[in-house]
Amino acid sequence: MKRALFALALLLAAAPALAVNPDEILSDPGLEALARTITRQLRCVVCQNQSIDDSEANLARDMRRVVRTRVLAGDGERQVLAFMVARYGDFVLLDPPFKPKTYALWFGPWVVLALAGMIALLWFRVKRSVAAPTSVPQLSAAERTRLDALLAEIDGEPHARGRERKP
Amino acid sequence: MERGVGQAMIVELGHFALVLGLMVALVQAWLPLLGAARGDRALMAVAVPAAQTQALLLLIAFFALMHAFVVSDFSVANVFNNSHTAKPLLYKVAGTWASHEGSMLLWVLILALFGAAVASFGRNLPPELKARALAVQGMIALAFLAFIVFTSNPFARIDPAPLEGRDLNPLLQDPGLAFHPPLLYLGYVGFSMAFSFAAAALIEGRIDAAWARWVRPWTLAAWACLTGGIALGSWWAYYELGWGGWWFWDPVENASFMPWLLGTALLHSAIVVEKRDTLRAWTILLAILTFSLSLMGTFLVRSGVLTSVHTFAADPARGLFILGILVIAIGGSLTLFAIRAPTLKSGGLFAPISREGGLLLNNLLLAAAAATVFIGTLYPLLIDALSQGGDKVSVGPPFFNATFVPIMIPLLLALAVGPMLAWKRGNLSAAFRRLAPAAAAAMAVTLLAFLLAPRGPVLAPFGLGLAAWLVVGGLMTLVERTGLFAVTVSQSWARLIGLPRGAFGLALAHAGIGIVVAGISGSAWQEEHIVSLKTGERLTIAGTVLSFVAVTEGDGQNYQYLRGEFVQLRGERILGQMWPERRSYPVTRTGTTEAAIDTSVLGDLYLVLGEGDESGAYTVRAYFNPLAPWMWIGALIMMFGGFVSLTDTRYRVGAPARAPSRAAVAAAAAAE
Repeated sequence: MKRALFALALLLAAAPALAVNPDEILSDPGLEALARTITRQLRCVVCQNQSIDDSEANLARDMRRVVRTRVLAGDGERQVLAFMVARYGDFVLLDPPFKPKTYALWFGPWVVLALAGMIALLWFRVKRSVAAPTSVPQLSAAERTRLDALLAEIDGEPHARGRERKP
Repeated sequence: MERGVGQAMIVELGHFALVLGLMVALVQAWLPLLGAARGDRALMAVAVPAAQTQALLLLIAFFALMHAFVVSDFSVANVFNNSHTAKPLLYKVAGTWASHEGSMLLWVLILALFGAAVASFGRNLPPELKARALAVQGMIALAFLAFIVFTSNPFARIDPAPLEGRDLNPLLQDPGLAFHPPLLYLGYVGFSMAFSFAAAALIEGRIDAAWARWVRPWTLAAWACLTGGIALGSWWAYYELGWGGWWFWDPVENASFMPWLLGTALLHSAIVVEKRDTLRAWTILLAILTFSLSLMGTFLVRSGVLTSVHTFAADPARGLFILGILVIAIGGSLTLFAIRAPTLKSGGLFAPISREGGLLLNNLLLAAAAATVFIGTLYPLLIDALSQGGDKVSVGPPFFNATFVPIMIPLLLALAVGPMLAWKRGNLSAAFRRLAPAAAAAMAVTLLAFLLAPRGPVLAPFGLGLAAWLVVGGLMTLVERTGLFAVTVSQSWARLIGLPRGAFGLALAHAGIGIVVAGISGSAWQEEHIVSLKTGERLTIAGTVLSFVAVTEGDGQNYQYLRGEFVQLRGERILGQMWPERRSYPVTRTGTTEAAIDTSVLGDLYLVLGEGDESGAYTVRAYFNPLAPWMWIGALIMMFGGFVSLTDTRYRVGAPARAPSRAAVAAAAAAE
């Protein structure tokens, strides 16, 4: 009785960890590996952000079966994916296709990175030009040698001492 | 009957305290601001008792709700919907923040506690800055308390009270998930401190090294908690969801990951402001954006917009309210920034190759990484909304692998180099010379990985090499600062003792990332066996034989279980036993799988018991996840590094007397 109740409870439960089942697995390891590569790229269309490889939903199981049937029939990765897109639309692809409506998606990160890099470069330029405006009178040769001598002195031991003192 | 009346009183007191908290926030949001504008000390001083009172009131409200959960008072709708008398005590307590209403209450409670901490310990803060920062905190609290009271009241009653509750989703009845939200919120809300200080500084028009020094401990604490919170969530997914996945690029995960990325950038740019008094405007902007992303994370998770744009439209009250908060907070702070930023002159100069330059590169890449996650998370919503639901796209792991990962790799490569560069002007070749041991370790590890697994995934050995580069590079910062191998060991030891805690924090956090990277790389070698097995049969995975001994049934506290018993064998030697379980919770009619995990340094042996069929065979899933535990250990080390830095006397929040005054900091900055 208890066992029957338990079985009933499990049946009623949205039984988890039902992902790929032993009876689904293809006997040819090469084809099975191909099927797994494909099922990892397909979204379970009734789940929240899960691939059909991970999902425990019944629909995901059906979709896995379809993928394996196509693979057994000799379809390649591209063909199976195209078949699924024809059935479910682009929504089924976890790897969004590269087309006009996803240009902003695919280029976005790189545009942000390039913009950020450009702003940083500009910032360096502006800072340098502010720090050394061209209108400032240039040093004479004598002044320059004296400055170099002073700088050399500063670059000597006091610098090292400065590092020592730093926390 | 007596007890019932007392209980009713406690719930009403909590409800009353919550509404009173809203009133206090109303006062805190503008009186101190007015005081600061007029230079009225008495008005400014209102901020301190207001912040403290608010924290006290929200503590009362929070514990009143917790009490209702513990005694199973089903006259409270929130308790009825999320609890059950048979639920273990830990999950009754954790149930307080497991629901939408309760978690929002926890959110404002943490906000109020942070505010009270500033009010109580920030005695050395300039009164205007303190008053303004606390007023901004008051505004945030006001918005969220109004949200709770008007749309998500946790104290709403049901009459007549039901006899039994509906129980909590069994997936959430787990120790890892009990503590995941509080840690995550400590992180999210902790960034509000940086935000409030940034807004206050913008109103005041003054940002300097001292400002950065006040903001850093809060940012550091928030960052460490968020690191821990994200790691805990990921670990939970790993052991609870039943197939060993640990990160799915799910919008809910991304919502917490974006503030983490920008918060990490903020943590580093604040160092530049503190030490060199430059990059001020950028740091302020980061502080605003980091908290804005925290708010957006709250919106994404709480509004229901993630499931579909249409669920959001179906129950718009909550979503619209948070969206309103979002627009006002982000729009307002960015407007303030646009007005005031041009007046912020940036200070010290530095060459591109320098410590500052390294930190700037860190900021650029982290900001780009955060933008990538942002675009990837919101793009499906955008397309859905623009096409009125007619067109949909999915953005899954392949997108993030193609964009996020290439941005992170240069960051990780540069991560070891940055700390080796001097301030103002660094020497790149000298830095590389100092990193020679790290480079050697990286190459050795990569080669070793190729030799051990010649036919495995190609990129994984490089991942391990990168990990070695980071770990050794992190430790080299300590070697460098103690002069180990250059001076005598005793001298090095003396220097090591004298190092500020921040130096250890840096080494730990950087090495911790390396360990996380090793764990991630290891997952590429995952082994999987899915078989149908009868008792008495065996399976072999990663050199270990697992013998299926028996299946037993039984009752847990509020569930029934089916438990498999497996014996681990190597040859005929018994190494240990494993008990994977399937649980069924009768109240919610849902089940969970409890994987049996055998952890070692090399990886996890992960065993799941699946369904049985008529012939008595069970589906058994066995995985070997190489180096998986390294991910959580690495994250733990990062978090620990954050806390070690926090104990650095320079940032000690609770020791105002010893903290340097504004003048002293300015003098120190001038001397550097």
